[in-house]
Amino acid sequence: MAPSFDHLREEDLDEEDIDMDEVDISDLREKYEVQLEQGYDTFVVIDGLPAVSEEQKPKLIKFLLKKLNTVGKTREDMIYMPMGDDGMSLRFAFVEYSSPAEASAAVRQLDYVPLDKKHTLRVNKLTDIDRYGREGRISEEFVPPKIEPFQEKEHLRWFMADPADRGRDQFVMYRGDTVGVFWNNEKDQPENIVDRQHWTETFVQWSPLGTYLTSVHAQGVQLWGGASWSRLRRFPHPFVNLVAFSPGEKYLVTWSNRPIQIPDSGHPVLTLDDDGKNYIIWDIETARPLRSFAQQDIHPEEHGPKKGPPKFPWPVFKWSADDKYVARLNQGTSISIYELPKMNLLDKQAVKIEGVMDFEWAPATVQREGVKTYEQLFCFWTPEIGNNPARVGLMSIPSKQIVRTLNLFSVSDVKMHWQSEGTYLCVKVDRHSKSKKSQATTLEIFRVKEKGVPVEVVDTIKDTVINFAWEPKGDRFVIITTPEPVGATAVPPKTSVSFFCPELKKGNQVGSFKHLRTLEKKNHNAIYWSPKGRFVVIATVHNTQSSDLEFWDLDFDGEKPENEKDLAACLQLMGTGDHYGITDVEWDPSGRYVATWASAWKHTMENGYHLYDFKGELLREEHIEKFKQWQWRPRPPTLLTKEEQKQIRKNLREYSRIFEQEDAERISSADVAVVEARRRLLNEWYAWREAIEKEVAEERAALGLPADPAAELLKRKIAEVAPDAQEQVIEEIMEEVLEETEEIVN
Amino acid sequence: MRPILLKGHERALTQIRYNREGDLIFSVSKDQQICVWFSHNGERLGTYRGHQGAIWTVDVDPTTTMIASGSADNTIRLWDVKTGRLLKTWDFPTAIKRVEFNEDGTKLVAVTEKRMGHLGTIVVLNINPDVNAEQSDEKALVIVCEESKATVAGWSYLSKYIIAGHEDGSISQYDAKTGDLLLNIPIHELNNPITDLQWSADRTYFITASKDKTAKLITAKDLEVLKTYTADTPLNSATITAKKDFVILGGGQAAMEVTTTAVRQGKFEARFYHKIFEDEIGRVRGHFGPLNTVAADPTGKGYASGGEDGYVRVHHFDKGYFDFMYEVERERANKLAQQAAQAQAAAAPATAKA
Repeated sequence: MAPSFDHLREEDLDEEDIDMDEVDISDLREKYEVQLEQGYDTFVVIDGLPAVSEEQKPKLIKFLLKKLNTVGKTREDMIYMPMGDDGMSLRFAFVEYSSPAEASAAVRQLDYVPLDKKHTLRVNKLTDIDRYGREGRISEEFVPPKIEPFQEKEHLRWFMADPADRGRDQFVMYRGDTVGVFWNNEKDQPENIVDRQHWTETFVQWSPLGTYLTSVHAQGVQLWGGASWSRLRRFPHPFVNLVAFSPGEKYLVTWSNRPIQIPDSGHPVLTLDDDGKNYIIWDIETARPLRSFAQQDIHPEEHGPKKGPPKFPWPVFKWSADDKYVARLNQGTSISIYELPKMNLLDKQAVKIEGVMDFEWAPATVQREGVKTYEQLFCFWTPEIGNNPARVGLMSIPSKQIVRTLNLFSVSDVKMHWQSEGTYLCVKVDRHSKSKKSQATTLEIFRVKEKGVPVEVVDTIKDTVINFAWEPKGDRFVIITTPEPVGATAVPPKTSVSFFCPELKKGNQVGSFKHLRTLEKKNHNAIYWSPKGRFVVIATVHNTQSSDLEFWDLDFDGEKPENEKDLAACLQLMGTGDHYGITDVEWDPSGRYVATWASAWKHTMENGYHLYDFKGELLREEHIEKFKQWQWRPRPPTLLTKEEQKQIRKNLREYSRIFEQEDAERISSADVAVVEARRRLLNEWYAWREAIEKEVAEERAALGLPADPAAELLKRKIAEVAPDAQEQVIEEIMEEVLEETEEIVN
Repeated sequence: MRPILLKGHERALTQIRYNREGDLIFSVSKDQQICVWFSHNGERLGTYRGHQGAIWTVDVDPTTTMIASGSADNTIRLWDVKTGRLLKTWDFPTAIKRVEFNEDGTKLVAVTEKRMGHLGTIVVLNINPDVNAEQSDEKALVIVCEESKATVAGWSYLSKYIIAGHEDGSISQYDAKTGDLLLNIPIHELNNPITDLQWSADRTYFITASKDKTAKLITAKDLEVLKTYTADTPLNSATITAKKDFVILGGGQAAMEVTTTAVRQGKFEARFYHKIFEDEIGRVRGHFGPLNTVAADPTGKGYASGGEDGYVRVHHFDKGYFDFMYEVERERANKLAQQAAQAQAAAAPATAKA
């Protein structure tokens, strides 16, 4: 089949992307590009240059050329810098590029680029200057811009103030076509705050600090919030599929698997530059796009056969903890790090790491011992290439220095897990033996905050680790292992759950990580830590046979087993639960409640939710048709200082007394209300019965019918059957064989 | 509460009725048989044979002298309870979906199916309560349902109204003498057929079950909805218990979808609700198909359920069932007992004097 435009595949299309910076195809382009527009399209005007004399001019042009040639091709004789009457330059220049594409690239990339400390380049197309700056278009007189009077807006963090003064948390439920936000009322019916039909088309999502509720539509993404639940922002990304926020809620990434098509009539927000792109990074404050990106080809697996359809990893753009950087992996070659808010490539080039497979930012800004400068860390790994070992590295940004590397051999896969404060990084390494027949897993734990980043190895694990989770803000972790390789079997294999914790040491030091306990022969496959640490839920999700939940406490206030005396944990099972068809589990942000639900997205059996408290007591369960999604509204970090928090913890007993009293009062008043309502119902019922009975009796009497028609009939029948009207007693003797024994008598 | 399993039918149950004394259970099924059982031990007393099609409905007269049955063979048949003798056969153009005697057993209302160009009708037949008498061929009354066919029908107190439930979820009230439509109210969700209609003992109110997953308690006089019981599955049947203020609902996912899902999911349970407070109180499991019919013993001692699985399960209530009371109910019972004691105390000296 000859290639033609009709069956040109999306992947075959040339993409304009950051790779352009590295691949020099300008010679090809010059040769093949069709010159459609002959004219001034290849010209740009550069403003903001310093005033130079005739002697200095060649120097400046040479200097300028260096910059100009980064985006296209131009020559010294294609720059025209007009001179004024006083022999000095007029601080601007005309530049001709070899193609209009290069000229527009120059406008996009060189505008606002600093030339030196005092001067910043402003680059515009000549045609634009002609279009916008033509005489008459610009008024001679300065008209000050009109500043809109300040309008008070709703407080977006109103949800932190519970009107009932109970510090309840909010959650969103998406069931059927309706999305509702509720206050959690523990055992009672959740209090509805807002309920809207067709609020979203696919799913809803809270922003990471809980400020916005995101709804997803074919036309784009909308953010809602405030006490009135009004629409706050719109991000028109057609056919958007997924959404990700930056951790500080400043930016938003939207993705669609369909490349954007800008219609001829134009798009209100997006420009022609966004045409064919899949990702858009938005500034939430202004609701403007910062930059768009096209999808990269998913590299086919080089080792081994392809497994299933290619998975789109998400998120593709990963954010540093401070919202300053966003990075994307170019698998096998490099990591592109962009600086916010300008979205320019950090140091204008991607960080080259040969073979890089994955990377992960530290979830918090880490203060390493002995490091004074501000930095963000990320870790990455590269597989074995030739004779070189596999490598796990830790890189500091913006310096791009590698802080620590670790060489590994016989590696089949690596997964990296940061502890929530960035204190530890656990690298889960799946190793294979020489014959590639047997598998083993080791955990390499980086102690990021300690001097020199020491690495500790936990290699007592024989089975495949299928799940791993750090205790948030803590130093313990849980893993789930399974003996058989996870494959397509009818019955998922039994799993084991292992708890690990550091050894007790004097002072504030954290001892080496030790195995605490293992629970054998379980079905569990998921770990959910309380966001405050200490408590953990081990669950079996997406399993048709079993669906149990276990609630564990790691700081149980009781006797420790002898062999665990020197470990920094006291493990205790607090409660168990069973939620048939469970698909998801989520802790509320305060760590007090756990919601579990069976989503209609996964199956249609007994959709609905359960609500547990942290110790595993079932508070509430509700079956809801077409129940799809539950999400707790996140809370922003506390404003209290460490000392204040400590103070509260110290006086907890006092506070809890007040709260318990309040709870008791509320429950008893609610009980009174319920009893009152029931009494009313009962009285209403009997009043109605009395009225209707009287009415019917009167009617009956009026018609001359007997008061009890059946009794009358029966009397007649008895008279018919047994005229002597003697009541007969019929006795029936039943014989039942209780036991039978057979004996042979001689 | 160990149920008695009645294994007499080979196909799905369609209706179960207790007689007035609660000692006999009549059950009909798609296997063309009518069975009668002793309710206290589940022994089968006998069968009534003759129908040539699935039997949809059965009813027994107030004196347990005769039973009427309606079948897909387009006949209503009247039987002698004691001997099993066929007393009379009425022929119709379409299947009979429901029959019911009025309170004195002199009239029978029947619902005919809409099929083959015939509209659904509600028919009234006069019945001679004498077993040996000749029954009339004459139809006393025919009501044609032009809007939406009737699925169930029954007699109100004093045989004053005929109440019918329709396929579109509405309930109608007809004058039992003239057949005039007095009221038609869309009570259940539109186009969710009403699957059952059962009366309170005095026929002043009734309960309806519908595919819209709710059952409603409705007055006969002005079709006012008194209570609503919401379940999580389409309902096939609902009944009102005597002695205790409960209602029993039965249902489960549609029979055709049963094979595709687990028992757990089918919701094949009888559900008990408090009649006045509308709270769900408990469930009884056991069937492995949807419940097609539930019936309460008129003496309040038990209930029976019939399922798509072909079994009838007869339950006799335990002591716990009778003892169970809401706080406010106990309060009321105590008050009544106190009043009765006082009245007695007041009456005692009077009689002593006399």
